[in-house]
Amino acid sequence: MADVQETHLPGIGVRFDFPTSTGTRVGVLIHKTGRRELLVYRHDDPDECAISVDLDNDEARTLAEMLGASRIIEQLDNLRQEVEGLLIDWITIDENSEWANRTLSDAAVHTQTGVSIVAIVTANGSIAAPGANDVLRPGTTVVAVGIAEGIRNLTARLRIN
Amino acid sequence: MVFIEIGLILFGLGLLARLSERIGLSPIPAYLIVGLAFGSGGFIGPSLSTEFLDVAAEIGVVLLLFTLGLEYTPRELSHGLRTNAASGLVDLLLNATPGVLLALVLGWSIPTAVLLGGITYISSSGVVAKVLRDLQRLGNRETPVILSILVIEDLVMALYLPVVAVMIAGSDLQAGALAVTIALAIAGLLLIVAIRYGHRISRAMNSKSDESLLLGVVGLTLVIAGIAQELDVSAAVGAFLVGISLSGPVQERASSLIEPLRDLFAGIFFVLFAFRIDPTSMPPVLLPALILAVIGIMTKMATGWLAGRRHGFAPRARIRAGTALVARGEFSIVIAGLSVGTAIDPRLLPLTATYVLILAVSGPVLTRFADNLSGVFTRGR
Repeated sequence: MADVQETHLPGIGVRFDFPTSTGTRVGVLIHKTGRRELLVYRHDDPDECAISVDLDNDEARTLAEMLGASRIIEQLDNLRQEVEGLLIDWITIDENSEWANRTLSDAAVHTQTGVSIVAIVTANGSIAAPGANDVLRPGTTVVAVGIAEGIRNLTARLRIN
Repeated sequence: MVFIEIGLILFGLGLLARLSERIGLSPIPAYLIVGLAFGSGGFIGPSLSTEFLDVAAEIGVVLLLFTLGLEYTPRELSHGLRTNAASGLVDLLLNATPGVLLALVLGWSIPTAVLLGGITYISSSGVVAKVLRDLQRLGNRETPVILSILVIEDLVMALYLPVVAVMIAGSDLQAGALAVTIALAIAGLLLIVAIRYGHRISRAMNSKSDESLLLGVVGLTLVIAGIAQELDVSAAVGAFLVGISLSGPVQERASSLIEPLRDLFAGIFFVLFAFRIDPTSMPPVLLPALILAVIGIMTKMATGWLAGRRHGFAPRARIRAGTALVARGEFSIVIAGLSVGTAIDPRLLPLTATYVLILAVSGPVLTRFADNLSGVFTRGR
């Protein structure tokens, strides 16, 4: 969370602003009337506004949704869910990884890592509850469930880093 | 005939307000010029019955102060006072002193000097707020400081006006001191009531119908202003305190309802003020007015510079803050207007009109070019 500064403007409203990591200060001025003003400060003079954009209620909501939406996509990108100490992770298999092109029984995935592979997602659809003879083909994605330690272990054998 | 005259004046004011709006200036200088041109010694002379206009002008002052108080909530007042009290004090000392000294140098009486001190001290919060909005500076970091200084000026007004009201009544020193104490006590008491019980008053005044809200709020304001006047505390202060006490939804609705009314009556007040001034009385006071204006620009810029330095602003922001505060306007005229019909030196009116004309115009212009100004300063170093 950025370090947001709150300033009261007597007779006008409240202003919130914070510096971005690139050094630009941005903020929002909320007028008593409900009008919003989007503020972008100058680089060479952080005391002065370079841009101020008036937004009515509807426009402010639209902008907020647009900014919020991109954050949700970001979070979906590396989705990991934690259930009572268990992790669910999606691991895409690399071409020359240790276990590439082996079957599940061959690699002895469960014994070696303690992790269960609950599904293999391929371009042609998914295999739910894969059996001992299903192959860990490069380019497919396995859905694995296990403790953090085991997931790390499995990731190391399916990916090259 | 009355309709035609008042109508023509208002219509003229409307045109001028539009013109000022177009060139980005406050309409106050335009109002003054109209008043000067048509008033005593002007082109037309005072032919119309002024009894109605007198009352209208007084209502204008009451509404001016009421809407000023309405702008601020009690919390903003105490916050502004806490964070910028030192800058507010610097502002008072730097800007009131030149007026007081000049009046004394000219050999004017002590009450006149106190009035002139108030006239040179107080910035026009109307002009300043408008300029900041027009130049899109509301988001700037120096803006809260400017606004806090204005808030403090307005609070000082709440104490200053009752004192002045007593002083120009011209009682002897002992009775005067007693009256001042009583007036201050009443103003202080009203201020505490406004801050403590403001939310209750607001709730009681709240009404769904615009009509009942408008009538109720204007009625309450006039009643309190009238009582304050009866107690010699100055009607304007009573109205200011009613404005402060209103907050929340009542505040927002009341301000949008009453602002048009204020513009109408305050316009009449400004014109009537200038009506009383014979334009030929202005050239003799031009030199002192110019001196005061030049000093007034420098002292406000010093105020902004020092206040900005306390907050660690860069020189550019300090100069923007200082120039923004230069504009004097409605309140200087309100203060000078108190002297009408008293023993105060009559030259105070033309002097104030000239002073306000100069600064209400040059203030906004100066601050528009504040950044160029700081360029000149930094290059000079």
